[in-house]
Amino acid sequence: MSEQKTENRYGLNKQLAQMLKGGVIMDVTTPEQARIAEAAGACAVMALERIPADIRAAGGVSRMSDPKMIKGIQEAVSIPVMAKCRIGHFVEAQVLEAIEIDYIDESEVLSPADNVYHIDKHQFKVPFVCGAKDLGEALRRISEGASMIRTKGEPGTGDIIQAVQHMRKINAEIARVASLQKDELFEAAKELRVPYDLVQYVHENRRLPVVNFAAGGVATPADAALMMQLGAEGVFVGSGIFKSGNPEKRAAAIVQSVTNYKNADLIARLSEDLGEAMVGINEDEISLLMAERGK
Amino acid sequence: MKIAVLALQGAFIEHEEVLSALGAECVELRNADDLRQDFDALVLPGGESTVQGKLLRESGMFEPLKERIEAGMPVLATCAGMILLADKIAGDDARHFATIPMTVKRNAYGRQLGSFHAYGELETVGEVPMTFIRAPYVVSAEDGVEVLAKVDGRIVAVRYGNQLALAFHPELDDDRQVHRLFVNMVEAYLHGSQQRHSA
Repeated sequence: MSEQKTENRYGLNKQLAQMLKGGVIMDVTTPEQARIAEAAGACAVMALERIPADIRAAGGVSRMSDPKMIKGIQEAVSIPVMAKCRIGHFVEAQVLEAIEIDYIDESEVLSPADNVYHIDKHQFKVPFVCGAKDLGEALRRISEGASMIRTKGEPGTGDIIQAVQHMRKINAEIARVASLQKDELFEAAKELRVPYDLVQYVHENRRLPVVNFAAGGVATPADAALMMQLGAEGVFVGSGIFKSGNPEKRAAAIVQSVTNYKNADLIARLSEDLGEAMVGINEDEISLLMAERGK
Repeated sequence: MKIAVLALQGAFIEHEEVLSALGAECVELRNADDLRQDFDALVLPGGESTVQGKLLRESGMFEPLKERIEAGMPVLATCAGMILLADKIAGDDARHFATIPMTVKRNAYGRQLGSFHAYGELETVGEVPMTFIRAPYVVSAEDGVEVLAKVDGRIVAVRYGNQLALAFHPELDDDRQVHRLFVNMVEAYLHGSQQRHSA
């Protein structure tokens, strides 16, 4: 039998993101919440000490979670476990790799550790997901080695407006790049501050070279379906689930809504009797825009 | 030839692209209404088996699909799909279609750091690229289950009647030999059922 193993970690890491498509990734803070999320149909969980709404309320510096707490969640579920490190904090990322996390989120939800540089993600074997508000940010993160992109939304608010804005902007910019003449791509790369080959990929394929999820402010089954109809390939739900009245039911409803995102009859049924949604804060009522962290 | 692709969660579009390129027509299955469409065969794609198993039951598609698989409809199952077909999952009480008498182990190679790409011999086909993403493997298979490929001594591809189950992801590589094998299986099945009808 001829077997020959080849090493292309980046390819494998992009492919794990492909397996998550059409799914919901849920923020959890305890093994118990992780089990609830898995039973409700989450395709992965994001392990963190405090969900974004509480980080926002508590203020102060927010850091990577205690590895012991993350390991507890890894033991509790069989689905992939993700965890966040601070933007630019490559040692937090090294720690997460050491405990064999399935995906690292270099996240604006935590306090940034570096106001210029993001992590050189090519130096890692584990995959990274990064947030992006526009095509330039998305392609910069990809050139640094991100194998999955998500919108930045506005975490912890329960307000979908920013996620919508980011998704529409990325889509509009992809459409624009696709419509350019070939000789105009060099100027586009300069304007976007990204490598030419990535612009060329977007021009030829009309999409990002990695999977793109929606994140930030998703609180209801309709929010999740909205992001899917706008072109998201899956959804992160943070505070929206465990800050609501009936987490199990809401989580399961959001999962079904993502699969059946064009089926309004079903989404109507799924939206019934979910109990109280997270209270939420409107975009213009908050003083800290996390989406502005890291560009 | 019309092939239904389970489109609840995971990498189903990738299968549709390969099968369409090979000339098959694909339909997506998301809920029980979708079962009213005509289709000759089924693809169970990669993704998370816990999610797919739950949504299969909630959608009302579980029993009708199980019946059709048991009645001989050709199935191509990759990764999570293989888990859905196994009649036992090691260390787990969950079971889904349970239409292949074999035991599989989920996340058998560990977490994402254990994911890998290899080339291996697939029985009757030859060497094919094999991409394993948090993959399962077959711990044991009962008599009647044909082992089509092993990697590092582990069973990673089997055939049982018209069910073709793989631990790896042919839809993620450019090589189309595995999908061509499946299309041939579907053709043979359709030809056979035509003969049965005319007999």
